[in-house]
Amino acid sequence: MSALATRIAALHKAHGRWSLLEIGFWLLPIAAIWLFPTRHLTLSEIGILALFALSLDLILGFAGIVSLGHTAFFGLGAYVAGIATIHGLTDPTLGLLLGALAAALLGFITSFLVLRGSDLTRLMVTLGVASVLAEIANQASWLTGGADGLQGVSAGPVLGIFDFDLYGTTAYLYVLGVLFVLFVIARRIVTSPFGLSLRAIHGNALRARAIGIPVDRRLVAIYTLSAAYAGVAGALLTQTTDFVSLDVLDFHRSADVLLVLVIGGTGYLYGGLIGAVFFKAVQDVLSNLTPQYWHFWIGLILVLLVLVGRERLTEGPRGLVLWLMRRIGGAQEKPVEEAPR
Amino acid sequence: MVTLLFDGIAYGMLLFVLASGLSVTLGLMRFVNLAHGAFAMAGGYVMVVLMHRYGVPFLATLPLAFLATALLGAVLERTLYARLYGRSQLDQVLFSIGIVFMAIASADFVMGSEQQMVTVPPWLQGRIEIFGGSIGRYRAFVVGICIVIVVALQAILQGTRFGSRLRAAVDDPRVARGLGIKVPMIFAVTFATGSGLAGLGGALGGEILGLDPTFPLKFMIYFLIVVTVGGTSSLTGPFLAALILGIADVMGKYYLPALGSFIIYTLMIIALILRPQGLFARAR
Repeated sequence: MSALATRIAALHKAHGRWSLLEIGFWLLPIAAIWLFPTRHLTLSEIGILALFALSLDLILGFAGIVSLGHTAFFGLGAYVAGIATIHGLTDPTLGLLLGALAAALLGFITSFLVLRGSDLTRLMVTLGVASVLAEIANQASWLTGGADGLQGVSAGPVLGIFDFDLYGTTAYLYVLGVLFVLFVIARRIVTSPFGLSLRAIHGNALRARAIGIPVDRRLVAIYTLSAAYAGVAGALLTQTTDFVSLDVLDFHRSADVLLVLVIGGTGYLYGGLIGAVFFKAVQDVLSNLTPQYWHFWIGLILVLLVLVGRERLTEGPRGLVLWLMRRIGGAQEKPVEEAPR
Repeated sequence: MVTLLFDGIAYGMLLFVLASGLSVTLGLMRFVNLAHGAFAMAGGYVMVVLMHRYGVPFLATLPLAFLATALLGAVLERTLYARLYGRSQLDQVLFSIGIVFMAIASADFVMGSEQQMVTVPPWLQGRIEIFGGSIGRYRAFVVGICIVIVVALQAILQGTRFGSRLRAAVDDPRVARGLGIKVPMIFAVTFATGSGLAGLGGALGGEILGLDPTFPLKFMIYFLIVVTVGGTSSLTGPFLAALILGIADVMGKYYLPALGSFIIYTLMIIALILRPQGLFARAR
């Protein structure tokens, strides 16, 4: 390996190291167990939304694919987990796996459709896939319960030991555990050379192809992975709420998750998590103030966000986090341009 | 059969009038405006309020609905939309979803969430027997108006100085500006006209499509289908796409009600896979 390659490898490795700030970040949801003992149900909702946004970040933040129908995978995971539970497969972990597999399969198949078109076609295809699924779920009421929703879902104890309780404590710990494990995997993936190649594609697909990155295969892989993540999030929702309704496939979910991710900032994994906390907090306050019209304020936030400049707003938290990471995690980062040629 | 076909044609024509503004903003100006349906809804509500609260005759409400939404479109274009031309697709998507959410909540707040009843005047009620089928008079009226609009639009785009300026501005805004064409002005007028047409379509379609605050989301995908499947190089593409969509939707819901809108969405995906530039697009 040349000197430059060694340097880049070392830099890359240093970049992938866990900083103190990140460890501190993960202590917060653990502290929340005791800080908000009465709100574990809300906390697990936040965790699920965070995982959903994380899955969108994988394709939007790292591969640059704008999706208007990401909830297709979320909803599929939710329904698969629910139907599995009704037919006797009550083990939650198994439910998660099934949800992830089903969503990954759908993601794999539809990724070829998404790859084919350019921007506008892409939007339409993602939107179309989600609409098709919603229509199937609506019409196939013998399987999904149709507009009444899937009744009688009851997940078994987590890992065969911990029963879901009324206060959502098990649910929260379960969601948090799943979120953490999947986050670590996602983090490992995006800091790997594979993740770097995704960033290259995001930056300029044409040039990425020219330096020998198999663009299409990479995009199929990340799209499938993202779909699986969304499927897990959906399955978690089913298991923690014991209910699936058509709402999981509704367009507003795709829009909400975009907003969540954009609030937190794309392309550094934590955006989805931070955005989820913020979104749920805002939703909580607004829906208490105006239960019927709270989407008005969500819309206003979206419009302002875009007008003020998404970058300017999210560069704030993101820049702060990166800066803190550098300060606390030791100043390992030096620009690559300084390398001797 | 004749009845169904005619219903489909009326539905398709209506969709075209509703989506024609979008085919210019999305198709030509490349602005992803998911909020187009909000203007249509506004037009519908303008008509309902004028007719039922102020007793304005039905025919007079149509131009008023057009003018009111065109004005709304012009104001929004100048204040908000114009800042977003040329911004990233994600920004435009987020922005217009925001507008949709606000429009839905506002309509809910002002008008209530219930379905609005639209009563057309007596001379438009009832049916005519023709070609062995019966055709709703109102639908015949809608088809008539839509044909006039289609012909007028085509004439304006192809035959007038404004039309050629618009096409120049869209093809290359910089050169067009260099030639002394007031590009922002052209865009504003176009956007306002498109919004106005959506409003007119919303008013005309109140009786056929229904009108409630979720209108912009319910029909968003239909408008987008018309534009993306139709292609963007001329008005003929979206027009044919709207007709096919209308007929297929009406027929599908009549003969295969169990499948619902499934057929439409699947057809759209297939069409987009086979012809990403639209079914009727010429290669540019």
